[in-house]
Amino acid sequence: MSIPKPENLKSILATDCGSTTTKAILIEKRDGEYRLIVRGEAPTTVEAPFEDVTRGVLNAIMEVEELAGRKILDGETILSPQNGNVGVDLYISTSSAGGGLQMMVSGVVKTMTGESAQRAALGAGAIVMDVIASNDGRLPHEKIKRIRQLRPDMILLSGGVDGGTTSHVAEMAELLAAADPKARLGAGYELPVIYAGNKDARGIVEERLAKKTALVITDNLRPVLERENLSPARDKIHDLFMEHVMAHAPGYKKLMTWSPVPIMPTPGAVGLIMETIARDEGINVIGVDIGGATTDVFSVFQGVFNRTVSANLGMSYSVSNVLAEAGLPNILRWVPFEISEPDLRNRIKNKMIRPTTIPQTLEELIIEQAISREALRLAFEQHKMLAVGLKGVQQERTISDTFEQTGSGATLVRLDHLDLLVGSGGVLSHAPRRSQAALMLLDAFLPEHITELAVDSIFMMPQLGVLSTVHPQAAKQVFEKDCLIRLGSSVAPVGPGKEGMAMLKVSLELPGGKREDFSVPYGELRLVPLGEGQTATAVLRPEKSFDVGAGKGKERSVTLKGGEVGLIFDCRGRQPFGLPEDRTKRIGKLADWNDALDIYPVAAAAARS
Amino acid sequence: MAHSYTPGLKVAPYTTLRRERKLPLAGTVLAKVGQQVEAETVVARTELPGNVQTVNAANILGVLPEDVPDCLVKPVGSPVKKGEAFAESRSFFGLFRSKCVAPVDGTLESLSTVTGQAILREAPIPVEVDAYVDGTVVEVHERQGVTVETKGSFIQGIFGIGGETCGILHVCVQKPSDVLTEAMIGDDARGKILVGGSHVSTKVLRHAISKGARGVVIGGFDDHDLREFLGYDLGVAITGSEEKGLTLVVTEGFGEIPMANRTFELLKSCEGRKVSVSGATQIRAGVLRPEIVAPRAAEASLRGDGSQEHGGLELGSQIRVIREPYFGRLGKVVALPPELVALETEAKVRVLEVDFGSGARAMLPRANVEMIET
Repeated sequence: MSIPKPENLKSILATDCGSTTTKAILIEKRDGEYRLIVRGEAPTTVEAPFEDVTRGVLNAIMEVEELAGRKILDGETILSPQNGNVGVDLYISTSSAGGGLQMMVSGVVKTMTGESAQRAALGAGAIVMDVIASNDGRLPHEKIKRIRQLRPDMILLSGGVDGGTTSHVAEMAELLAAADPKARLGAGYELPVIYAGNKDARGIVEERLAKKTALVITDNLRPVLERENLSPARDKIHDLFMEHVMAHAPGYKKLMTWSPVPIMPTPGAVGLIMETIARDEGINVIGVDIGGATTDVFSVFQGVFNRTVSANLGMSYSVSNVLAEAGLPNILRWVPFEISEPDLRNRIKNKMIRPTTIPQTLEELIIEQAISREALRLAFEQHKMLAVGLKGVQQERTISDTFEQTGSGATLVRLDHLDLLVGSGGVLSHAPRRSQAALMLLDAFLPEHITELAVDSIFMMPQLGVLSTVHPQAAKQVFEKDCLIRLGSSVAPVGPGKEGMAMLKVSLELPGGKREDFSVPYGELRLVPLGEGQTATAVLRPEKSFDVGAGKGKERSVTLKGGEVGLIFDCRGRQPFGLPEDRTKRIGKLADWNDALDIYPVAAAAARS
Repeated sequence: MAHSYTPGLKVAPYTTLRRERKLPLAGTVLAKVGQQVEAETVVARTELPGNVQTVNAANILGVLPEDVPDCLVKPVGSPVKKGEAFAESRSFFGLFRSKCVAPVDGTLESLSTVTGQAILREAPIPVEVDAYVDGTVVEVHERQGVTVETKGSFIQGIFGIGGETCGILHVCVQKPSDVLTEAMIGDDARGKILVGGSHVSTKVLRHAISKGARGVVIGGFDDHDLREFLGYDLGVAITGSEEKGLTLVVTEGFGEIPMANRTFELLKSCEGRKVSVSGATQIRAGVLRPEIVAPRAAEASLRGDGSQEHGGLELGSQIRVIREPYFGRLGKVVALPPELVALETEAKVRVLEVDFGSGARAMLPRANVEMIET
């Protein structure tokens, strides 16, 4: 199969091999535009008895064939190009099966080149298992032991600005050589190591590592203190991922031969989509993709893209780790009914050992959505810590900065500057009601002032991300028409308050000239239906200790965008947001909020209470 | 639906199994093709490079990194004993001496003229791989290891703790729903693999360890017991390297769940036999489930290979429910409606109808059952 010219592209089959599920979508050009036709899915088959990722891909494609009523496969061959109603013109795929790309990175100073290296690896869609640095506080033998224990898929070695230190870089290379690292997959192949540090140290690094590893040298990722140059290192990570790592996972070699477009790691593909939204609309965006094994968070603020991959925070394989990291009380705080702790613990562990199961009862769904809030919250906390300005850089300040002094390395993620929050991944995309996805996003991210919420309709951003590399127009059309579901806007005043006190007065002018005036007290949620594509003008009058973006107590006039859920006036408090300590009060409060947004079926919820 | 792929745990009365026994690094293979081996037979051996110690020689000697080679009293590559000086420098007209001594027994592996660091490598660490199961070596992987084949009973668990072990199987309970108690584990448990019923607590596991048992096979185990047994909260199901003095294999899941009757009966039929057990679990790519292997070579001529090709779900398939509200119950598939059905959650999914016996039936998501493979 070769890549057809854009004008000849009538149909595209795209798959994403997740750690739990393999998804397939069929896109066709109809009436001059590309649209999603059907979607199929099947369990990912990297495990016994198949141990071949292509089996799951074929199963997902077969489901597409049945649903679309169209022949795509001839045995195990994808028919191409399209001939009448048979076959497709292009097949592409992304993958995070196999636990994703696991890397170790190394820099001279942990918070400078170490962090830049971490960003480069995360940006390429890798899981960073550890950051080794000259000043990380560990003794050399401890670092060596760590390298040998972790057995990463790849190591990114950086350090020093061009023309700067070579001795520290040499020290890191010597440590690496002494560790004689072995890769996770395949005892017989050399571990890929990318050197992206001080160009003056290339010879030193080559001397120490060329014979022991599959060494690749690329441009320094921090050539000067004030600038990062992450692309060359990211590209090399992608190349080596394809050549070395994926090739050793079960069935990938075969899968790679099926597509003329390189298989892209799933987070890399989703990141491309997020960057595109932010660039095209000129807005600040946060995106999240919550999977079975990992949760990836993306942000674009003032044009700066950041991505973090929280390994071991997910809803199936890693669900138990959410419990371990968040703690049981943090999960229980989102559960609006009584449940015994041992019972909840056993349920979570059972999901861990049987990761492909789905909630059958409402109670089970509510528990899963409670866990997801904590997974999202923790992943976002990690993201905020890494999405920072360059550290170690002297900042020039003017008199206007006097009242807003932030040090170098302050987080770039500003919830009060956020325009759009996008959710993707099974628990968000497949939530039976879109309002459930909206509330999960609100609870986990606590967006401030005015933020638009959206969700990936059926979890197809990865496929569209890779499609955007070969046919941006097709990717954009499907993304806008079939993928991104606008849920509506949230209005969240910021400031401390007390239950029941006056917080926000709203005057709304809805489509058709209908006017609505109401007040929302502190501690409450209010929903105003407003459909997708519709807007309402609003005058927001916060009480004197609250801010909706114009300053404390200051009125703000805005245009609010609607969506499948509508306008959500979230007056539950920000900075701080809290839930009642008392169990009965907390359960009552959660029930009120669920009712306000019509989150769960009334009859089933009533039967449970 | 084209292919209903439903994962399942294998419970096979008689099957042929092959187990690769490979070294982590290239080494020497000690067994030959056709050789009969016992579980304890060492089939391959190698040495891992020793641990590394670094010494900042330039700092200690008070010289520039590029001058360190001139200070060596032992050439790079030579063995050194702990406390032995391998480099020294003189200062102040030779009146003061600074010495670099080896912190461990080992070899002076390298010296850097850029950082001034000396690297000493400790003695190699021997690694041996045993056959794990009684059987026959059917393949030799040059310098890597062997493949051992055995014929016999095979049971996959869902989750386990601890590494490979072997011992005589002893069923402690009368029926699969019995809870394993301390009273059931006597002095004769030494060296044995004990089979319980629906539940075991950490207290009972500790008692089993004190009596010298090597393994416990059980239907259900509580998460809070797991935390107590391990001493930490297990985040992801990657186990096998725990050294708790005993290997635990859980066949059904977390909670008090009777062991599947078929599993229990098969284990009972292995009473008094030597079995190999592994608790290693990796529920990720390249999934690894805990297992019990009971070789039955003597019966080879009497029975065919009982293993079957894995098929999809079909009417009559024996299944186990793996999610609430029917978690742990066993039944038979009686209907596979093709259309999507709305659950209580309002999600529309593919379902099946299951008969739990005695007329009790339920509609369940297909994702929430697993086949009991034979």
